Amino acid sequence: MRAYDKLIFELSREGRRAYSLPKCDVDTLPIDELIPKEFIGTAPLNMPEVSEVDIVRHYTNLSSKNYCVDTGFYPLGSCTMKYNPKINEVVASYEGFMNIHPLQPEETVQGALEVMYELRKALEEITGMYEVTLQPAAGAHGELTGLMIMKAYHRERGEDAKRTKIIVPDSAHGTNPASAAVLGFEVIEVESNEHGDVDIEKLRKVLGDDVAGMMLTNPNTLGLFEPNIKEICDLVHAAGGLMYYDGANANAILGITRPGDMGFDIIHLNLHKTFSTPHGGGGPGSGPVGVRKDLAKFLPVPVVEKHGDKYTLNYDRPHSIGKVKSFYGHFAVCLKAYAYILSMGAEGLRNVSINAVINANYLMNALKGTYKLPIDRMCKHEFVLGGLENENGVTTMDIAKRLIDYGFHPPTVYFPLTINDAIMIEPTETESVDTLDAFVSAMLKITEEAKTSPELLKEAPHNTPVRRVDEVTAARNPIIRFSKTDVS
Amino acid sequence: MEIKKGLYYTEEHEWVRVSGNTAYIGITDYAQDAMGDIVYVELPEVGDTLKAGDVFSVIESVKAASDIYLPVSGTVLKVNTELEDSPEMINEDPYGSWIIAVDMLDDTELDQLMDAAAYKEYLSEEN
Amino acid sequence: MHRYIPGTEADLARMLDKLGLTSSEDLFGDVPGELMLKGGLDLPEALSEQELVRKMKALSRKNSSLDDLVCFLGAGAYDHYIPAVVGQLVSRSEFYTSYTPYQPEISQGTLQAIFEYQTMICNLTGMDATNASMYDGATACVEAAKMAVDSTRRNTIAVSKTVNPEVRKVLGTYMDLCGFKIIEIDMDNGVTDLVRLKELLAGNSDLAAVIVQSPNFFGIVEDMDAVGELLNGSKTLFISYVDPISLAILKKPSEYGADIAIGEGQPLGNSLNFGGPYVGFLATCEKLMRRLPGRIVGQTKDIDGKRAFVLTLQAREQHIRRSRASSNICSNQGLNALAAAIYMATMGEHGLKEVATQCVQKAHYAYRKLTESGVYKPLFDKPFFMEFAVIGPVEPAVVNNDLLGAGILGGYQLYRDYPEYRNSLLICVTEKRTKAEIDKLVETMLSTAAKEGSGMA
Repeated sequence: MRAYDKLIFELSREGRRAYSLPKCDVDTLPIDELIPKEFIGTAPLNMPEVSEVDIVRHYTNLSSKNYCVDTGFYPLGSCTMKYNPKINEVVASYEGFMNIHPLQPEETVQGALEVMYELRKALEEITGMYEVTLQPAAGAHGELTGLMIMKAYHRERGEDAKRTKIIVPDSAHGTNPASAAVLGFEVIEVESNEHGDVDIEKLRKVLGDDVAGMMLTNPNTLGLFEPNIKEICDLVHAAGGLMYYDGANANAILGITRPGDMGFDIIHLNLHKTFSTPHGGGGPGSGPVGVRKDLAKFLPVPVVEKHGDKYTLNYDRPHSIGKVKSFYGHFAVCLKAYAYILSMGAEGLRNVSINAVINANYLMNALKGTYKLPIDRMCKHEFVLGGLENENGVTTMDIAKRLIDYGFHPPTVYFPLTINDAIMIEPTETESVDTLDAFVSAMLKITEEAKTSPELLKEAPHNTPVRRVDEVTAARNPIIRFSKTDVS
Repeated sequence: MEIKKGLYYTEEHEWVRVSGNTAYIGITDYAQDAMGDIVYVELPEVGDTLKAGDVFSVIESVKAASDIYLPVSGTVLKVNTELEDSPEMINEDPYGSWIIAVDMLDDTELDQLMDAAAYKEYLSEEN
Repeated sequence: MHRYIPGTEADLARMLDKLGLTSSEDLFGDVPGELMLKGGLDLPEALSEQELVRKMKALSRKNSSLDDLVCFLGAGAYDHYIPAVVGQLVSRSEFYTSYTPYQPEISQGTLQAIFEYQTMICNLTGMDATNASMYDGATACVEAAKMAVDSTRRNTIAVSKTVNPEVRKVLGTYMDLCGFKIIEIDMDNGVTDLVRLKELLAGNSDLAAVIVQSPNFFGIVEDMDAVGELLNGSKTLFISYVDPISLAILKKPSEYGADIAIGEGQPLGNSLNFGGPYVGFLATCEKLMRRLPGRIVGQTKDIDGKRAFVLTLQAREQHIRRSRASSNICSNQGLNALAAAIYMATMGEHGLKEVATQCVQKAHYAYRKLTESGVYKPLFDKPFFMEFAVIGPVEPAVVNNDLLGAGILGGYQLYRDYPEYRNSLLICVTEKRTKAEIDKLVETMLSTAAKEGSGMA
């Protein structure tokens, strides 16, 4: 099981089969009479030859090497690893949702269009934005889409050549500057003050008529609510820029406050964070984008609309930026988010945030005596510790790896970049106080171990299917596929 | 942190060794230490003509990918192909591992660079 | 409380007390009063699980699925049979509720599965390197174009008009807003006009890449060898957009000199899901490996010398390179790539070949039956894989309406993207279709033509 160590190619035996197909029941012709010989390939595909039992054992054994939300706690700051409700998986597997072609006539997919429309409306209400698109495939994709809208807005006013700068706080997630750079913007970082908020004076200095906009998340990546958010929005607006909201931290404010009310013009949400859809080991996610009224014309097409009791896809938006993805977005992911919102209701969503914030403060309080807390302030749904006092050369990485031995996934480490040896913790609302207590207990034990037996940390983890890996060789001499000639 | 005499230095932690009209360029001990284990060095084409301030290489370590800026304008004469297979040479011997050699366009640009003493002071100010 | 929120009233009270707070309102004391939402969110009351099921089932029944309709529609999303093992294995919670494998010690399942996926995509396309997947074929195309722009330092991309219109629209949106130029290469009798392509190459020194699809949007197998020859020795990169199932029969991109192979991986074990999530693949030669965007899994050893897998070449990615990253992509389509890998492993070379062969045979059978009477004529006179376009005497909307009445999902109406092709339908036949279903399609389409045709002058 956990000791299982075979690649599927190593299981391959000539002649084994895992599939079945009915016989071809139409009249056939030789293939090279249908397709010219010069177009036909002769090279082998080198796929493994295995039986169905092999397939099932292989992937089942592989899965047992994974940690997951269903087995344990992920206190990952900025990721919102909350529980993924099972009924949402069931719903997504209904024939009428799973087995519909995107290009079917609209009258045959009214249920799917209704789901998209209702989700759109719900997200507009939750965020206070005028119109939402479900097209972007992930958070970073949503950011890109939002910035494209920003660019289109300035272009319409003849100012896109002039407005080349995007301001981000120094604590921003990496996708923020990356998304801006992809679109050719120059990224200007503005520092936080000692309270962890955007330094307003420094912000004033970088504002000018060459600024396209500012990207912010609120609460910020330190888990702190920007009390001056209105002033920040006003300043950027006065300079002619737009405010972009990174919705990664929306789990702190559901039903409490809304980015639209704070003054943001464009936002994105992460359905795979705040709205409980599963992370899938790296995807698929979904990153809907919401805008204020005068920006709606730039949204990607098609837009889902309701006329009477009919739902349609409207492509007639002449100012639209176009398309950022094929078809309409990650429908199956949107479906799960919609089911989640229906299951929570208004009060439930508010309780999500209340519990997320209480859980985070509870942990922060329990850990702050022992771990460094650079900014000692009531947090929202996450907080950042500053690691230990480098006892015996023990690093944040060592603490993280040792937590694994205690049965926990490590928190986010070394982010945000503004805090040295950062440990970012976000418990979410789906963890009980018992789990939180167990986590605190492990974290405290680790500080003891750092003093008395540091090698336990430096060599951690000890009980996992593999231990610390050689990342340097992996990057120097990348082996990114299996070949029979490889000697492992 | 080792700083070698007889070389020119930049604020971006590159060093320059002049031999006739040729400038050999590498990165300093401070730079290689900050990057960690170097895994890959991207090299320009021989014959490329670049200006001072242009990015002529990207050095990748496990935790970062850093742009390397050209201290003096010129045409690329040689690139150190040994770095393709052994990028770790830069970690082991930063001053002995030149990255490119450039035929200088204007050697007065060297006057803009620091000497060993100035670079040492610059480093202590940085920290 | 709520079934997804373990904290009870008592727990909350205890925690508030420990924090020295009196009520949960205090938690948001630093939010300015005027920003606090008054009156709560205007959303319906929470549904119990049973009520949710009732509502969602009703919604799903408002859709006609491919269980209700026999599918002859392709145009970028395909109805192939998905073996039962794929769905079963992909719904193991260790796969779908796990996080991105940043901690390799506890993610070897995900990492190894992706490594195997990468291997299979390389084998399928004949290329040396690929990543852990992109959002879809269209965004894979965008990333390939960006790779070409970055590595050649040129700013123009040429794309054939026979490339899927959705892909071209997405490419157009990105290229426009990122400041690159797109030139569309004309088509001639349903394939890329190679004469025009040659002229383009001769006359334009800023061409970073040429993008050609095969089988193209019309299902036609293009002469990729000829494109490869035209680009041989030139700095311009050859990007080929391919159907993964077709690669079981057709020449691989590596065989005709492509520098980058991209495509939509949905046909490999992923349900149609009304357009998403799908999975894009992007594979390239060794020389361009370090320019691959997104996540890549590599093989290495752990401190005990055991073989292990890890995310590698991360220094190029957004979380490290930030504004210098070549792409902003963060997530891959982990679960969809897993489904694709399980599908490829389950079908194996023999299964993939058989699926592809049946697609070809059944599509050509449908083509013969449909066109033999001359009522429907082939729109183009070119060899095709599993989709073909016909032109008839009747508006395609009318044809499809009648087909719907007979429980059949008809072909794609080409005038939607190619206004010059009126009365034309793009018909797709996969291995799932039976002789009886195909005969019924033909019979219904012929009868529609007869009905309407008799009323036309």
